[in-house]
Amino acid sequence: MPTDAVRADDPALADRAATWVGAYVHIPFCRRVCPYCDFAVVEGPGDLRAPYLEALKAEIAADQPFGGPLDAVHLGGGTPTSLDPAALGAVLAGLASRFGLADDAEVSIEANPEDLDAPTAEGLAAAGFNRVSLGVQSFDPAVLASLGRRHSPEQAGAAIAIARTSFASVNVDLIFGAVGESARSWESSVQRAVDAGIDHLSAYALTVERGTPLARAVLAGAPAPDPDDQADKYLAAESIAAASGLVRYETSNYARNGHACRYNLLTWAHGEYAAFGNGAHRHRDGRRSWNLRRVDRYVERSPAAVVAGEEQLDAWGRDVERVLVGLRRTAGVVPGIAGAALAGSAAGERLIAAGVLHAVADRLQVIRPLLGDEVGRALLALEPPPIG
Amino acid sequence: MPTRPHRSAVTDTSRIRNFSIIAHIDHGKSTLADRLLERTGALDVREMREQVLDSMDLERERGITIKAQAVRLAYRSPSRGDYVLNLIDTPGHVDFTYEVSRSLAACEGAILLVDAAQGVEAQTLANAYLAVEGGLEIIAVLNKLDLPAADPDRVEEEIASVLGIDPDTVLRVSAKTGEGVDALLEAIIDRLPPPQGSPEAPLRALVFDSYYDSYRGVVCYVRVSEGTMGTGDRLRFMVSGEDLPADEVGVLTPKAVPVAALGPGEVGYLITGVKEIGRIKVGDTVTRRDHPATVAMPGYREPKPMVFSGLFPTDGDDFERLREALERLKLNDAALQWEPESSRALGFGFRCGFLGLLHMEIVRERLEREYDLDLVATAPSVGFQVVLTDGREVEIKSPQDLPEPTARREIREPLFRVMIITPTEFTGTVMELLREHRGVMGEMQYLSPERVELIYRVPLAEIVFGFFDQLKSRTRGYASLDYEPDGYATSDLVRVEILLNGTPVDAFSAIVHKDKAYTYGKKLVERLREIIPRQLFDVPIQAAIGSRIIARETVKAKRKDVIAKCYGGDITRKKKLLEKQKEGKKRMKMLGSVEVPQEAFIAVLQVDAD
Repeated sequence: MPTDAVRADDPALADRAATWVGAYVHIPFCRRVCPYCDFAVVEGPGDLRAPYLEALKAEIAADQPFGGPLDAVHLGGGTPTSLDPAALGAVLAGLASRFGLADDAEVSIEANPEDLDAPTAEGLAAAGFNRVSLGVQSFDPAVLASLGRRHSPEQAGAAIAIARTSFASVNVDLIFGAVGESARSWESSVQRAVDAGIDHLSAYALTVERGTPLARAVLAGAPAPDPDDQADKYLAAESIAAASGLVRYETSNYARNGHACRYNLLTWAHGEYAAFGNGAHRHRDGRRSWNLRRVDRYVERSPAAVVAGEEQLDAWGRDVERVLVGLRRTAGVVPGIAGAALAGSAAGERLIAAGVLHAVADRLQVIRPLLGDEVGRALLALEPPPIG
Repeated sequence: MPTRPHRSAVTDTSRIRNFSIIAHIDHGKSTLADRLLERTGALDVREMREQVLDSMDLERERGITIKAQAVRLAYRSPSRGDYVLNLIDTPGHVDFTYEVSRSLAACEGAILLVDAAQGVEAQTLANAYLAVEGGLEIIAVLNKLDLPAADPDRVEEEIASVLGIDPDTVLRVSAKTGEGVDALLEAIIDRLPPPQGSPEAPLRALVFDSYYDSYRGVVCYVRVSEGTMGTGDRLRFMVSGEDLPADEVGVLTPKAVPVAALGPGEVGYLITGVKEIGRIKVGDTVTRRDHPATVAMPGYREPKPMVFSGLFPTDGDDFERLREALERLKLNDAALQWEPESSRALGFGFRCGFLGLLHMEIVRERLEREYDLDLVATAPSVGFQVVLTDGREVEIKSPQDLPEPTARREIREPLFRVMIITPTEFTGTVMELLREHRGVMGEMQYLSPERVELIYRVPLAEIVFGFFDQLKSRTRGYASLDYEPDGYATSDLVRVEILLNGTPVDAFSAIVHKDKAYTYGKKLVERLREIIPRQLFDVPIQAAIGSRIIARETVKAKRKDVIAKCYGGDITRKKKLLEKQKEGKKRMKMLGSVEVPQEAFIAVLQVDAD
């Protein structure tokens, strides 16, 4: 840390990320679960924290190291800051001792604005975290209330200021397109975030995930987010961010030069990452696998029997996946077999004609990221090429 | 080899009664049939499923009888000993009137079942007339006596005044509770004539239905008129000229039970081992090669399809499978007709002719369910007669085939004689509805002070789509309807074409009356705009008559279609979601570069141009 001071959407950086290795640690605890959230989380303090930390450490200690030290660590949730910095530092120490940590490693943690006071920030920095990701979501009190968030815009501003003094890189998460959010409200949220001097912005369209309170409300007749409204807001965020020097380098992510998130980059480069905690997903040795979702079961079975499922792909499936995730990046992908097949298919040609997909000799890019799933479906619909 | 080997094996005709139950839809025919089966011990209680005779899944789900079926009941009369009763079931929907007349040809008598609360309805009359024309003895029976709304005295009066049946002979039952069913069984043997016909005479047996069994091949339902037919006999089908062996003859109780032989008046099944559909035709007469009859029995009038629709496999590779499936269905659905059709939009398929919309829906559902086919059905159309400028007349079954205005002199459309019975309070409403549908009044007759019968001449195109539903809703369900073909008449018709993204889509064309073309086009493009999902680009939808655009809508290009976030590196989940969406897309049809869901092709049906 910090990463190479290059543009966040630099193709060479995007491709190099495939050689990095990372680790994800899931902290499932939240004071209150947000109505749109579909993560593996549990509400309230409960008495599972101590055993959960033990289970995490045991799982980390039992895992196999990579060939080299970790280039990126990400503590996500849930709300990692629901645990004290010392405990989080101990988890990080466990990772460092088992896997090794590269000198320039990105060590990132998610935090709620209301949790990040100066002592906490200093504690986390002292424990080795050099990047923080703040769940700001909006600077509009009405929108924050509709999203079920507990902090105020002022708290968010203060948290950003604190973060900037303690961490080398600061990210803010924003959510757009909640029903009732005006275009002006959204634009002002983005503007306030970038004006606060952040290094990185994740701007996500509010998505109705199955099984969430939000989904139930929509099923019961509440208005759903409007995709056209979200498209407008997406484009507005992109232009406001660009004006402040934040380059869009993935569908929903923007960064200043040198501040692209390493953990993100390696995920989208089809790189390998270990993962720990309930519901955590890993990608190692060409195989994806994921842990039990329930916290109590995870605690009970760690470290030996926490894997709930896995997916092993053949060479074609892996290449399709590489292109699928790689195309989320502005830099796009080296076409390879699957990318070439896509560009040459009837559906691919339609997407190129429609200005969604851009193909040059050694690069395939999605240039209208708002229609990225059209490309994804066309890619998954391809027949594997005949063998030989 | 003896010429008449089966005499001892067959039932004495005086002990046989063959009958059908005829009724308006929902008057309780299937329930009464179940009760008769139960009373005669054809099935014990454990085997009873409700409405045994309605065996096709579709019939059960829709609560209607589609295919005529036959069942043999062994009835022991308390006073007169053992009888064989053959109950030949008939369909109740007006689309299937031809099946009714077919069933009636195998009977000497009919039970005319009338709901004691509803009274005489349009199909009660239509079916009663068919039975009278066929020379059948009729037993009028009032059903649903258990209903609080039952008014048997009033309905008895109606039957007497409309059908001229002596009110003293009308029986009263509740098929639901079984009340009156014993008396009905006695009346059947008492009042219905036994079949005539000598066992010594040369065999003549009518094939009145058939179906395809995947193990046994073609199974015929037969009614023997004269002579005997036994297992092992060498048979000749007199009309087709096919010589086939009787591999098995039997009766349906309703389970298939092989018997040594069937004699005069007996109803049963015949298996010849023939697997090729089309070699046996319903309506043919079977005789014995060693003792042949010289004259075949009168066959059936081939039912004439009135409504046409294109059926196309979603996957072009299924074309041959679709052909085979249609051939199999045809075997026990004589009314179904088809010929190959090709569409620029949909590729290769079949233009199919149906008796009506219900028939069309049923065929389509059976093809999809029983033959696992994924189909696109195009908007149904009636058939038209076109007089060309050179004086030649052509029949067209598809709007695509309509000759250009410069090449035709006139278009004639089929008309129907429509009979509606309604409570008098709705007379004005019904007349208004008929006027809206270009109906011309024929007769009006009061059946009683409360109920009136209206007879109109209406273009088929007007009654075939949604008319019945409108009639029902405007009369709160009280009116009933029956109709029959009534010739053709010249009409001012135009072809409305639909252009998708500037390209005409043949499958969406329709021939409609000039006065309705504008409204029709406007409503259809509006409907299509709702159905066709947003694409990568704007999709204009236009309706046109010739080169004149009469309506236009646009499906705006989609702007956002992307998953915002990959949850904590959960790529598997993103893939699954996309896979699922991709499957949904597979069910769409590509028309040029536009993806169109299948329901768009029947959207035309939902357009009410009034």
